[in-house]
Amino acid sequence: MDLQYGPEYDEFRAEVRAFLKGWPLTGGEADLPEEEQERLFRQRGIEAGYVYRQFPREYGGSGQAYDALRENIIQEEYARVGAPGNSLMQGPGMLVPTLLEMGTEEQKNHFIPPTLRGDMKWCQGYSEPGSGSDLASLQAPARLEGDEWVINGQKIWTSNALEADFMFGLFRTEPEASKHAGISYLLVPMKQAGIDVRPLKQMTGAIEFYEVFFDNVRTKAENIVGQRGEGWQVSRATLKHERNLIGNPRMIGDQFDRLLELARDTMLDGRPAIEDEGIRRRLAEIEGFVRACETSNLRMLSATIRGEEMQAILPMMMTKLYSTDVTQMIMKAAYDLLGAEGLVEPALGGNYARENFAAGIVQNYLFSLGPAIAGGASNIQRNIIGERGLGLPRDPRPSS
Amino acid sequence: MHFGLTEEQLLLQETLRGFVAAECPPSRLREIFDSGEAHDPALWGGLSEMGLCGLVVPESYGGAGLEVLDLAVCCEEVGGGALPGPILFHCLAALAIVRGGSESQRERWLPKLASGEWLGTIALGNDNGSWDGDPGAPSPSLENGALSGVKTYAPFARAADLVVVGTAAAGLAVVERDASGLVVEPIAGIDRTRPADRVILSSTPADPLADGAETFGYVRDASLAALAADAFGAAWALTHMTVEYAKTRQQFGRPIAEFQAVKHQLADMATKIEPTRGLYWYAAYACDHLVDEAPRQSAIAKAHITDRAVELARDAVELHGGLGFTWECDVQIWLKRALFDRAFLGTPNHHRARSASLGGW
Repeated sequence: MDLQYGPEYDEFRAEVRAFLKGWPLTGGEADLPEEEQERLFRQRGIEAGYVYRQFPREYGGSGQAYDALRENIIQEEYARVGAPGNSLMQGPGMLVPTLLEMGTEEQKNHFIPPTLRGDMKWCQGYSEPGSGSDLASLQAPARLEGDEWVINGQKIWTSNALEADFMFGLFRTEPEASKHAGISYLLVPMKQAGIDVRPLKQMTGAIEFYEVFFDNVRTKAENIVGQRGEGWQVSRATLKHERNLIGNPRMIGDQFDRLLELARDTMLDGRPAIEDEGIRRRLAEIEGFVRACETSNLRMLSATIRGEEMQAILPMMMTKLYSTDVTQMIMKAAYDLLGAEGLVEPALGGNYARENFAAGIVQNYLFSLGPAIAGGASNIQRNIIGERGLGLPRDPRPSS
Repeated sequence: MHFGLTEEQLLLQETLRGFVAAECPPSRLREIFDSGEAHDPALWGGLSEMGLCGLVVPESYGGAGLEVLDLAVCCEEVGGGALPGPILFHCLAALAIVRGGSESQRERWLPKLASGEWLGTIALGNDNGSWDGDPGAPSPSLENGALSGVKTYAPFARAADLVVVGTAAAGLAVVERDASGLVVEPIAGIDRTRPADRVILSSTPADPLADGAETFGYVRDASLAALAADAFGAAWALTHMTVEYAKTRQQFGRPIAEFQAVKHQLADMATKIEPTRGLYWYAAYACDHLVDEAPRQSAIAKAHITDRAVELARDAVELHGGLGFTWECDVQIWLKRALFDRAFLGTPNHHRARSASLGGW
């Protein structure tokens, strides 16, 4: 065991820090719209080799050799100053890795560069009203007519559907084939007649995802990733990337630090809540889970660096279930600290402004209930851990 | 950067696992458990041959010269096998002398401890239920080279040749077996793999460790990390045991592991414990290499892991059905192991209060 990064990496961290002195932008650049500022700084990060490191240069990435430790240093440093680095949006986060793994050369050239520049925005079309955890039962049909796919049906829980230029989605193209073998992975332009995007209001009051209805919507025949009927396998690659996005244990330490701050700032019976024995005990118990997340993450990082991922396969399987539970624990504790102020309506968009502080906490608490459902619900995770991790017998085969 | 075990550490674990499987399989464990004689000469001889007795003793005194993390990874295996015997406490006593002993003290005791010829243990409990180092703990004061008072829950004190006793102001002193005025009485303890005794000192000659007060914190932190590791091993053993039982136990015409309620309970057991492996690694590593962090991280690891181990043992009992509640079922052996790890040297609440204060909360 050796927790030192070594001089080469310490030097690298110093370089990244020096680069990040350029954020926030100053001078005339500071007057640009927020989105423009982020785009500009992200582009500088790509040129410096810090953003989209593993994506090849020819597609607009920075084409660096794979190095999990450098990647980790970059993420830590970017997070420290809140600078825009790798976008976690569906396009760069999920579609691009999938295309790099399974796309044709034409698809890579056509879709990846504008996606990484932020000029082409994406949404994901997987779930349907009748197909949640049992995703492969999805029904939305796509049939080939001449050189175009014609799509009908409905998708649901689609984040960013309103601003997306394209959807990557799963559609039933082989109705005669068995459940999993009848699905294809299609890329569908969103700005066309026949697409109807309707907002879904969350329990927080915010609108972050949509229902998408398809009425003879069209996309070119070549906008299929993988072969016909291979969409399920292609989507597994994307879902893997999605899980990586959700279960990021690095965030949990920050969440816990904010909980501690809240406990210091909140007065209870005339003194800071953090001085109350019961609250200290509860926070200390939560910290055990937080530290478990952090050290587990360190194990996975270390195993990845050394090419020994198999040694950390169990914690990897557990990350999503564990970290979403711990986040809920933290947010629940924060909510409880509010006392009577917990009666206020949640703020829209997690507003942390001082005058709206309680409403922001309420929003965060309600929001924390979501990740246990998105990207593979907790009970599905338990099945995976039980069957693949512990070698328990598979559930009875579903009817197909 | 490497947050994982070395080849040597993995080999050490594998060797120890093999030893436990061969020399203390469940049938032998059961015999020892039922007999109440947990210090088994054959097991002790085997551990000594493997060099475990001198694991943390420097090579110049006949030991292996390893660190707290090495001790902790061994404790994971020892807990995993619910191995009866004093090895953990013996190593902690040696660690105290390694760190806090004068040259002559080291020369006097370490070679004998390293070979296993002498058995060492620690006595850090006080008669009022407090542990040394707690505010207001009535730890005995050394007066004219002698100690008077009562220490409780000193594991294997009856068999020990040497006891490292916690004294006032968080000091440490060594009492040898034949010291005058030393009486050791058995306590009927919950964990029959590790019985702990009451040590009564009446003007008993004691040799204070040269740097006892500086050493105390190190020994306490190492103890907490080692207990966390033992509980981690026990919890994983319970998980495996319960998984195997659920795969073979048939009800409604199929193995109960096929029922999702059972499968999910097993997945939750594993998910409670597996992500905590790094907690005990980190705490143990901190004892030797991140000394500022050691008190807090060892408190967190001990509180968290021993709490989870007891929760998980409760699930294991339930999933074994009626059998799980019987004396015959081995689950109780590990349950009691976990209960020992949880209460010994302070409960989770105690260490959470410490970690809160140490964190400046």
